Parts: sequence; C-alpha cells; structure tokens
Amino acid sequence: MNILVCVKRVPDTAENEIEVRPDGTDIRREDLVYSVNEWDNYAVEEAIQIAERTGGTVTVATVGSADDEEVVRREMAMGAQQGLMLTDPAFEGSDGRGIAEILRAAVARGSYDLVLCGAQADDGAGQVGGMLAALLDWPYASLVNRIEVLEGKKLRIGREIEGGNQELSEIELPCVLSIQTGINEPRYVGIRGIRKVASVEIPVLGAADLGIDSARVGRAACRVRKLDYFVPPAGAGAEILQGSPEEIAARLVDLLKAKGGLK
Amino acid sequence: MEPALVPPAAATLSGIPARLIFLLVPLLGIGLFARIIRRRLEPLRRAAPDDRFNRWGERLAAVFRLWLAQARQPRYFLAGVLHIVVFFGFLILAARSLELVVLGFVEGFVLPGFGGAFGAAYRALKDIAATAVLVAVVILAVRRLVFRPARYAVPARYGKDHTPEAILVLGLIATLLVSEGIFEASLLAAERQLGRETHALLPLTLPWAFARLLSSAPREALQALHLAAYAVHDFAFFFFLCFLPFGKHFHVVTSLFNVFFMRLDPGTVKPVRHGVGDEELDRLESFGVKRFEDFTWKHMLDFYSCADCGRCSDRCPANRVGRPLSPRFISIKARDLCFRRYPVRGPIAAATEPLIGGIYAEDEIWSCTTCGACEEECPLGIEYIDKMVDLRRGMVDDGLVPQSLQKPLAALEKRGNPWGKMEKKRGDWTLGVGEGCRVKLFEKGEEAEALYFVDSITSYDDRMQKIAQAAARVFCAAGVDFGILGKDEKDSGHEVRRFGEEMLFQSLKEHNTEAIRATGARWIVTTDPHAYNALRKDYAGLPPVRHASEVILEALRAGRLALAPAGDGVRTCVYHDPCYLGRHNRLYEPPRQVIDLLPGLRRVEMEGDCRDRSFCCGGGGLMLFYEPEEEMRMGVVRVKMAKAAGAELIVAACPFCLVNLEDAIKVAGLEGELEAVDLCELVDRCLARAGGRSTANGQGGTA
Amino acid sequence: MAAQVFAFIPHANSRIDDAAPELAAAAARLFPGAAVTALVAGDGAGLEGVCAEAGRFFAEVWKFAHPDLAYPNAEILRPLLARVLPRGAVVLFPHNTLAMDLAPGLSVKLDAAYLPDIVALEGIEGTLLRGVRQEFNGQVSTHVACDLAGGAVITLRSGCFPAAGELPAAGRVVDRSADVTGTAARRRFLEVVAAEVGDVDITKEDVLVSVGRGIGDKENLPVAEELAEALGAVVSCSRPVVDAKWLDKSRQVGTSGKTVKPKVYLALGISGSFQHMGGIKGNPFIVAVNKNPKAPIFQVAQVGVVADLLEFAPVLAEAVRKAR
Repeated sequence: MNILVCVKRVPDTAENEIEVRPDGTDIRREDLVYSVNEWDNYAVEEAIQIAERTGGTVTVATVGSADDEEVVRREMAMGAQQGLMLTDPAFEGSDGRGIAEILRAAVARGSYDLVLCGAQADDGAGQVGGMLAALLDWPYASLVNRIEVLEGKKLRIGREIEGGNQELSEIELPCVLSIQTGINEPRYVGIRGIRKVASVEIPVLGAADLGIDSARVGRAACRVRKLDYFVPPAGAGAEILQGSPEEIAARLVDLLKAKGGLK
Repeated sequence: MEPALVPPAAATLSGIPARLIFLLVPLLGIGLFARIIRRRLEPLRRAAPDDRFNRWGERLAAVFRLWLAQARQPRYFLAGVLHIVVFFGFLILAARSLELVVLGFVEGFVLPGFGGAFGAAYRALKDIAATAVLVAVVILAVRRLVFRPARYAVPARYGKDHTPEAILVLGLIATLLVSEGIFEASLLAAERQLGRETHALLPLTLPWAFARLLSSAPREALQALHLAAYAVHDFAFFFFLCFLPFGKHFHVVTSLFNVFFMRLDPGTVKPVRHGVGDEELDRLESFGVKRFEDFTWKHMLDFYSCADCGRCSDRCPANRVGRPLSPRFISIKARDLCFRRYPVRGPIAAATEPLIGGIYAEDEIWSCTTCGACEEECPLGIEYIDKMVDLRRGMVDDGLVPQSLQKPLAALEKRGNPWGKMEKKRGDWTLGVGEGCRVKLFEKGEEAEALYFVDSITSYDDRMQKIAQAAARVFCAAGVDFGILGKDEKDSGHEVRRFGEEMLFQSLKEHNTEAIRATGARWIVTTDPHAYNALRKDYAGLPPVRHASEVILEALRAGRLALAPAGDGVRTCVYHDPCYLGRHNRLYEPPRQVIDLLPGLRRVEMEGDCRDRSFCCGGGGLMLFYEPEEEMRMGVVRVKMAKAAGAELIVAACPFCLVNLEDAIKVAGLEGELEAVDLCELVDRCLARAGGRSTANGQGGTA
Repeated sequence: MAAQVFAFIPHANSRIDDAAPELAAAAARLFPGAAVTALVAGDGAGLEGVCAEAGRFFAEVWKFAHPDLAYPNAEILRPLLARVLPRGAVVLFPHNTLAMDLAPGLSVKLDAAYLPDIVALEGIEGTLLRGVRQEFNGQVSTHVACDLAGGAVITLRSGCFPAAGELPAAGRVVDRSADVTGTAARRRFLEVVAAEVGDVDITKEDVLVSVGRGIGDKENLPVAEELAEALGAVVSCSRPVVDAKWLDKSRQVGTSGKTVKPKVYLALGISGSFQHMGGIKGNPFIVAVNKNPKAPIFQVAQVGVVADLLEFAPVLAEAVRKAR
C-alpha cells in the first residue's frame, strides 16, 4: 500500500507559555522551538507500520517553506521512504481550504491508496483531512485510533468518539484518515537518525509543478482570516473563597457552571 | 624397598597395564577440555572489541585484591568465609591433584621441589586444606538444601533452580577430597601393618581419620581401595574439569582473567565502540548491543564468570523494589543464550532473534538506575552499567524508547533541558538568592575564578532552585569568586548518555565544553553529583571539578564560615550517599565531615546501607520521567532505613536524591517525623542564624 | 444579512443533544429574527419525539428518516446535506466527533467557509462574521473573520454559549425523508465498542477531580468519586496515590504520568508539585482544595478553598447535585 502522510511543523509549546506580541498580530515566536505536530507523528508511525505489514511506501509531505523541511526529514528518519516539500510563495497564508487544495494536487500526482493526516494541531482547526477527502471525493474518517488492513481494498477502522468509546467501521480504499494520538507508540528519532537521512534529496514542488491555480490558494483565497491574537484575561494566584462550606460550595457551583465544569 | 601396595602406575587390570588407562584419562580429559574452551572462545572472537590490554600494574593489583585476597567475599560474611576456605583449599590442593594425575603413569612421582622438608610441610598443609574444604562443602550443602538463602532462588520467569548443579559440584569436590584421602590413607595403613615408619598425619585431618579407620583392614581390601580411590579421583578430576565450562562453575577457570580485565574506572561509560572516536561515530552502521555478538569480549567473559552468587541482585535497588530487573539474570540469561547458540558440539546457530524481545525485555533494561551497587558487590568484577548503556544504545538506535522518555529527550535536543523550558530562564533562580550575594553571569561577560555548573533540575525545578540559592549564599559567605553560565549552560547529559542517546549527549557535551572553556574559569563546582560525574568522567579538557561538599569543607576548615545551630537542641541526622558521589566517585568523607562540623547535629549511619553500600534513592535525570513497574519506590525503602537508624533529618547531597526522598517521605507517611534536606541547605541554615553572609560574591571575598 | 440558517441537531437515546439550545442561542445572536431550521437525521420510533423536542427551540425541523441513518454516518450525511441545503446557507454544528467527521468536507461540498470550534461569536459586519477561536490548548485566543458570502459551516464548542429558551410556539416538523437517496456509502458502520470500566482516559476528559495524598486512605476515595459523578467528571490523581496503589497508574497526572488537558481541574488534597503540575496543560480552570493555605497549588489555581477535602468534597457534591 502506498501511503501519503501530511505533516505540519508547529511551535513546540508543551512547557512554555505562549505569549502574544504587543501588536497582537502573532504569538511571540523568537523563543519558540518547532517540531512536528504530535498527531502527525502518530500518523507517520501508523503509515510505517502498515507499510511494514503490507509492503508499499510511505511518503511524507508538507506545505511550507525551507524551514519546514526539518520535520519532513525527521519523519523520513523514522522510516518514511520519501519526502515531498510543497513550496511556493503563492501558497503563503493559505487557510485550511487552501492547504487542502495544494495537498489534493500532490495526491493527484502520485498513486496513493491511503492518505493520513493528524487529527488536529495545536495551532490548527482539525479541518484539512476532511476537506482533502471531499476535494478528492474519497471517503474520510476522523479521530482514527485503530487501523486494520482487510482483503479487497478495505480497512477496518476505529474512531475515538465521546466518552472514550470506539466506533468501528469499514472504509473503502482509497480514503483519507485523520489519526488520533495513542493509536500506536511512535518510535524515537534521535540526532543520529536525522543525520542518516541528511543527504537524501527531498523534491520541492511549486504551484506550477502541481498545476494549481494560484487564485485558489494563498492569502487572497482565504475565506477565514485570523484578525489578531489575544490572551484571555486570567487572575494571578488563587482567589481564596471564604465563608461556610455551604456558601463556598454554592459559589463554586456558579464558577464551575461558568467554566464548563458543570453542564 | 617395595611399597606396601601396588601403586596405580604399576597395577594391571585384567592383564592390561593400568598406567595406560591412567595416561589415557588425562590425555582425553585435557584434550576434551581444550576443545570445549576453544569453542567457548569462539563467541569472544566474534565479539565487539574491548580495550583492556593496558594498565598492567593496576590490573595485577586488582587480581591481587579481588582474586587472590578475595577482598569482596567477606561482605557476605558466612558465604564469603566459606568461599575463601574453598578457594585457598583449591589453590593448595591443585599441586597435590597434579601430582596424583602423574602418579597414574609415573611411579613414585613427586612434584619438583616437593621433596624433603617442604614436601612434608606441604603434605600437612594439603591435609588441613582438604579437611577444611570438606567441612566448608558440607556447610555449603546444608545451606543450599536446608537454609536456602533467598538470593539463590530463581524466579520462574528466569528459568529453573540452580541448586542441582550446585549440589552436584559440591558432591564432586567432596569426592575428590575423600578419594585423595583414602588413596593416601590406604597406603599408610598398609605400610604401618608392615611395621614400617610412615610420615605422621595431623590429627583430625581426612587422611588421619581414614588411616585410623583402615588400620586393621585386610591387605587385599587396602590394595583394592587404594587403586579404586585413585581411579575415582582421576575420573572425578577430569570430569570436573570438563564440567566447569558448562555452568556457573566456569568461574573457577575464568575469574582470574575476568578480574584482570575488569573495569578500572567507576563512573565512566564505555565508548560506543572501542577504537572509534567521538568524531567518527557517524560512520558506525549500528549503535549499541542488539545481538549477542554486539557485546564486547569482556562482557561475554563476564557472562561466563558469573558464579550465580546473587549478591548483585541482592544489592540491586531495582530488584529490591520489584522492578523487572535482576542483574544476576542479565548475566545468566546471556550465558544460557550463548551456550545454546554456541554448543560444544554441532553447528553454531545463526543470530535469529534480537536480545530485546528475546532474552531481555525493554522494561528490564530501562529499570536500571546505574547506581552501581551490583558492580560494587560482584566478587569477580562483572560489570553491568556498560551493558545496560549498550543495550539502551541499541534500543535508541532502533527507536525503541518509551513515550515518557521521548518528550524529555526531544526537549533536551531542542532546549537543553528535559522539560523544554526556555533557555533564557535557566538563570532565573538567582533572583531568589537574596541580598548580599550576587551570582555572576558569564553569559553577560563577567569574569570569575570558579564556575558553578548548576545543571537542569537545580536551575528549573522550583524546589531544587533552593539548593542553588543556598549553595550560592554559602559560596558567597565562603568568599568563593564564582559565576554561572546562565542560558549558555545546557544539561550535562549525564543521564542522556546513560540512557543510550549517545549522539544527543555528544552534542550537549560539545556545547557545554565550549561554553565552559570560554569562561576562563579556573575550576568548576557543582551541587549535582550527576553533573559532577559527567564533567569529570564523560567530558574532557575541562578545569578541575569539585563537588560543593569539598568546597564547603575547605571553607569550614579554614574558618571562613561562621556557623550557629540551625535550630534549638540537637537533631539526629543521617547522610545518604548519592550513588554518583559515593560509589562512582568515592567521595564518602567530605559531606560527612561537613555535617560533623555543623553545630546542633548528631550524625548516625544507616549501617550496612551506607557508603559503598548506599541504597539508590530511585535514580536521577531521565529516570524521573520513566515509570517502571514496581511494588514500592526505592526512596520509600531508603527513608525507612533512615527512620530505622533513628534520624530526624536525612541529608542528601544531590538534587535528584532530594526529589525522591522528599516524595518518599510523603508516600511513607513520615511527614513531620523525617525531613530531607540538601547539604548546602543545611549549611546555609547554620549560616543564616549566624548572620554570616558578609561578603558579596567577588567583592571583598578572601578567595 | 439575510441568510438561511440551519442547525444540525445530534441526538441519542431519543433525546436531542444538550447543545441544541446553545446552537439556537448562537443562531439568534448572529441572525436576530431569522427562522432557524433544525436538521434531524435518524431512524426508528424515537425520531418523532426528537423532532418535536427540536421544535421547542427551532422554528422549523427537517426530519430525515432512513434505516441507514439509524447510526450517524458522516459519509451518508455529508452528500445528503450537500444536496438538500441551499447555496449560501449557514450551518451550525455542535463541535463534537461527528462534526469533525462531517463538517470540513461539507464545507467543501457546499463551497462554503468553514469555521470550526468557535468559543464566542461577536457579530456580523457586512458579510464578515467575527468569532473567537482558541489555539495552543487555549493558551491564546484569536479573533477570526469569516466571509459568509458563499455560506458557512460553523461548529460551536459546547458550553460556551448560554442555552436559548424555548420558542413561544413549537416549530414545524417537515419530513424530508424522501430526499434520502443513494445511501450506499463507502464507509460502513459496524459497532460501538464501549470504553471498559477502569479504562478511563483522563487525557481526554474535560473535567477532572484529582486527588492527592490528602485523600489519606484508599477508603476515602468514594468521597472523590461521588463528587466526580455529580460533576460528570472522572477521578484522576497525583503520584503518591498511585504509589500507594489506591488508584491505577492510568489515572496519574504528572510528568511521570499522563498529560491532561481538561477545561476544569479540581485538585483535592494535592500540594501541587512541579512534577504534578507538569502534567496539566491547556490552561484549565483550577480549583484547589487543601488544608494547607501555603500549598503551592494555590499559586497556580484560580480558586482556592482552604479546607479538609474529606469534609468539603461531600458538601460540594451535594451542591452540584442540587444545581443539576
């Protein structure tokens, strides 16, 4: 099975507070480090495991600039055979729909049986996989936490739904799946692994190579725009509630309601 | 004069001269033994290289201390003393056995130099030795069969019990001793029956007892016994020799070599591959140990040498708390695999399965804290830490790293600390140092004589920052002119290396080495034994590195620190030896001496579990992120030891120890009864009361 | 602007989703006075009741009944909705796992904008709708503008919008079942495997009642469990509780345990160690209950209660039950 995995380079924000620039146009990026989106990493591991079981190749693609190449290379160090950089000034500022358009063109250029995406990204909207499937007119499933390859170009998949339950279904190939974390245990990639693939050529494709109409991608084509960033106001230190236990409990219930702890 | 009995070399069996048989037995025995040994050497020839043909003087000293003087045996007193008896008995009896073998085909053979007075003395000595060994063998057998010390047990998952083999060997030894005794006693009895003068036998020795028993036996019976005893000894001797390389008694042959080639430098980690420098690592196809043949020849010799005494596992904290690791079986499982793959007869089996997932499990290998208790205890110098590191290198190379460790490793790669905290916040702890002590920052271009290498946990962890702040105040008070690297410091990589991520370690090392050298500091001080060990053993080309306890001790002795009791009354404290300060660097005394110089404290010891027998707190660095299966936390075992020693205060000299001990006090429900504190904090408390922070850093200090 | 506004109403066990009145409220805020159409798809006897229930909040209810819709299958619903919805329609969904399956592709099929996981709506200027989304686990928010000219598919985060009151007159139910054709989907639903008891994934929970050493003993765990049950939450814990084997390791929050991203975190008897707090991400609303007023947890919590959790938790559980 030939598998394309769409990955994204994101700020690694696990431990540090995200700060907004004073002008609100963006988050402060100067002290950020970047890594591959966690969900995408699970998707690549899953693709590699499927290819190990059934044969075929794994290709990792990203839409971005030269800076983003590091994540493609990292996923290649994991075991993906090919990388693909989708790079063009015309792509800059694309919204989710624009990214899906670019990926659609990349999928059309190859012969893939399966396309995997991460279910979401910290700075995203969990939309590209579903849009890509619709553009390709392939079936789609989101939040996939189990994949089993069946006979006759079919997969049995599990989706993680509310309450930790798992929804099982069969889906025909080719299809697009967005992968939930926990589906597998991604293998470790260290500096050594990355150095091993450091000299592998990663093809770079632009709008012309992909046959993309520039009007459909990029900032101008956005239907959804981010206007600014801001930090929701938060108090410093705990407000210590005073009163009898019953009074405190009543006040807490109100607070919990307001914060979504009590629906 | 004819001997009273026909000697073996002159006897005939159904008309065949017995000397032929007694010549054939040693020839066949030695031939077979040589063949077996050749086969046993085969995996060593295919093994990874190991750089041990060096430092002859130190190696001979180790042989003298550990092998000949049996220095580590008495640490387990009864077993140790019994082993010493058997060991020296063997050494003494070896000459006699050799003599006996030759006597089978050379009549009246005496080992060169063993005539005359020396011979007489030797005869007496060997009779004592044989008797002592027999007594020891009986006690050992009773121990094995009746008392069954727990450390000999073989858990079901590790295979079957080793008692039958032990008993067989004890039986063989007894057979050799008894047959030699009867051989000699039967001749003496016959000579005496003829009224001849014989040499005197020491009373209560084996030949003495047999000679008395046989004094009135008929001549024919004595003759038969004499020859039979000889034959039994001859066969038993060569059977024993050829049996040795099939199990744990191979150590009789290999221990001398194993001790000679043992690791001489505690705290170090072997290179990925001997002969391949740090700069050339990229050219290696594979890292670490994945198949049996990836072990070095010395590590294979370790497997051969394991005597199954169980001391390593008995002292192993991971084993004690029920983690899936028992160092003894790291050796025994590998030996079993080796014997399966390299049988004495038949073809060598190809390496089919990887070690991980085969004889070893991932969790087993990650469970080790590299505390070194096992290596400290092993009487014959078997090493484990390097094997653990090599196996981990193999797993890291194959991507087999627990998810809980991948995040800190990735953060170390990107940000130089396992939490992924921002570099620019690394020096923020200095904001809490307080008035009167300013911590210089090399990153800001300031200069100082000493560099305080703080390392990650002490820089970033809210609680451990207090150690750094206390240390800074103490250094200031002592007039030490020091600074820190701030954002230019990255994790020392001590655990990164010991968790098998060599390339990441190399990059951290390169960065830190450059940053440290750029400061121009003349010496380095650390409060973290892991950093201390890394900078001393894993790094090269740095100024001298000292632990804070040494610096504080010097200041105390020079009278540069004014102290007052930290509280009212006298508190009982106990010092917990951090593995990487104690066992790996032999710094046992300075922290104790510092405590002893502090007022208001009475120091006790956790007897039997202190100094080189210190019990690991649970492990530092990346071990904080790894969650092994365990029945109890090591720290809990440790704080209970401290409590049992009567301590109210457990003093650590390591931030990781403090993390683990403080958590353990909560888990053990000892809050309010036992307090954990770092040595620097303890000194700082005494300073605070004395108002002894008079000197700001580098501004009027005496250093 | 005048737009045709729809709200997709999920339902289970013959009850409409709790989010339905929130969608009604959001629609009313954006398009005051517009008649909003609820979309209800399903099968079986309970569907009538569901439609009637939806009619309490929406002026019109389109009912799609078909055996293949008995379990919601995005691969059937997406082409169906793409066919029946008019061009330029604005469709609201509650942001749940069905919407994540269905909505992005629907926006493509309708050639409409897609605005997912909205936590606040600020209004419409011209054809531009302004809303608020969160990024980086809620650490930062963004104002987003969405062009409604070509229609839009919008999913709303549950709990962020006040529920609308019922309409004065019940909405009209229109049976559009005849439009359900060609349900041969390329994805076939098989079954739902229920999460095993004791197989709770605390990393996916929105509300956690987390206990620390302050719980004192395994015997006291029901105190936390009752509060969690009242809140519809799950019990998690700090490491000492796991070490004491009072709770399974899968419940542990911390750098050596699970990393959780709840919206609300009740820390009961947890001191708030570095290791523990390292496992809490996404800026949740933290309520700390601790006997020790100096416990570090109070520095990171938004609200603190200085009390013995064993005394306070039952009082709070009772108050929560009353409020439901």
